[in-house]
Amino acid sequence: MRVKLSAMRVRNELVRRIEELSGQDLLACYQCGKCSAGCPAAFAMDLLPSQVIRLVQLGLVEEVLNAKTPWFCAACQTCYARCPKGVDLSRIMEAIREIALQERGDYLVIEEIPAEELAEFPQLAFISGFRKYTA
Amino acid sequence: MRIAYFPGCTLNTTAKGFDNALRASFAALGAELVELPEWNCCGATFPLLVDNMLDLAAPTRVLLAAQEQGDRLAVACTMCYNVIRRTNNRLRADADALEKLNYFIEAEYRGGVEVLDVLQILRDDVGFEAVQAAVKQPLTGLKVAAYYGCMVLRPPAEVAYDDPENPHALDDLLRALGAEPVEWPHKAECCGAYLAVKSKEATAEMSYRILSSAQRTGAQAVVTNCPLCQFNLDRQQLDMGRRHGGYQPVPVLYFSQLLGVALGLDMADFGWERHYVDVRPLLESLG
Ligand code: SF4
Ligand code: SF4
Repeated sequence: MRVKLSAMRVRNELVRRIEELSGQDLLACYQCGKCSAGCPAAFAMDLLPSQVIRLVQLGLVEEVLNAKTPWFCAACQTCYARCPKGVDLSRIMEAIREIALQERGDYLVIEEIPAEELAEFPQLAFISGFRKYTA
Repeated sequence: MRIAYFPGCTLNTTAKGFDNALRASFAALGAELVELPEWNCCGATFPLLVDNMLDLAAPTRVLLAAQEQGDRLAVACTMCYNVIRRTNNRLRADADALEKLNYFIEAEYRGGVEVLDVLQILRDDVGFEAVQAAVKQPLTGLKVAAYYGCMVLRPPAEVAYDDPENPHALDDLLRALGAEPVEWPHKAECCGAYLAVKSKEATAEMSYRILSSAQRTGAQAVVTNCPLCQFNLDRQQLDMGRRHGGYQPVPVLYFSQLLGVALGLDMADFGWERHYVDVRPLLESLG
């Protein structure tokens, strides 16, 4: 992928919001890829977790907001537990979801959940699902 | 020993068997779990945005309820444990957050409660040796895969009371019950958690990886401490055979159920009927 970088783009407002919401230093990541290697949901993602952070480092937040990856992050914390730089990628994923939810609306709509699932699923599945997937 | 106990919403309803078996087993071991007289939902997931104070209010109220009963809180649901423990860590480390939350809930939580997972209490307070001595019906010959999921392990510095990459507390308990825990690589792998409400295929694949890994070792059951893992791993097996030809279902149990069985307790209310993969053949094989 060919991208044109500028100081303004790299430090754009969305990048700063992700930093602020997640409390993480994006530039601490040196792209070792350990997060992606251990992510249990990587097979279902269109961008690997390390690619998400790389794109944000370059100011390419739109690419990340358009990706499936943040919605497939299960907040399992494996990436954070193993990151040699102490980057909490699960918080960066949450910040990206938050921006997407505010700009684009809820990802999970209660009316779309099949009735049998509403009856069978344990409470904590829904409560955590709504916490992650709705604004 | 008496200890304040937070069951949480799921153990009060769909995972009632986990709760019943746990309370009965603790009582048989001379440790009483005393349910908080009043409690509310903890929110199920720890808020990961630094400024999300609102979602800390519910777990702070649980801590406040615990403070009225003493200085330790036992939590059985691992998701609740993770949320309440991480909230407590935040409030202890951040005086400003504590003040805001107290203002918000109109009370004074002081940060003094120790949040403990029930398995940790079994290990450190009751002791696995005492558990072993109380076993009436050893689970001899039962090969089990101890499965920990995420919530009692990560983030390690905040919640783990065991080796976060190769935990063994549950293995040790099962060994004390006479069972034979297998070595396997997926004991700390995520089941997909809440992805189940939106992304069926991803959760099905995550469950399959875990379950097939357990089965390759010859495990006859997967044993867990998390109600969401139990549900995901169990229910996903309903149509696993369709995606993976020749797949043989394996029961997914709570450790408290096997503990109760080994202690020789009345297991009528252990919630067996709620399992998707029938557990009864396994129980009968134990005699
Ligand atoms: S493990 Fe940490 S440093 Fe390595 S790529 Fe992932 S976020 Fe970056
Ligand atoms: S927290 Fe999300 S990105 Fe990190 S390993 Fe787990 S699923 Fe992957």
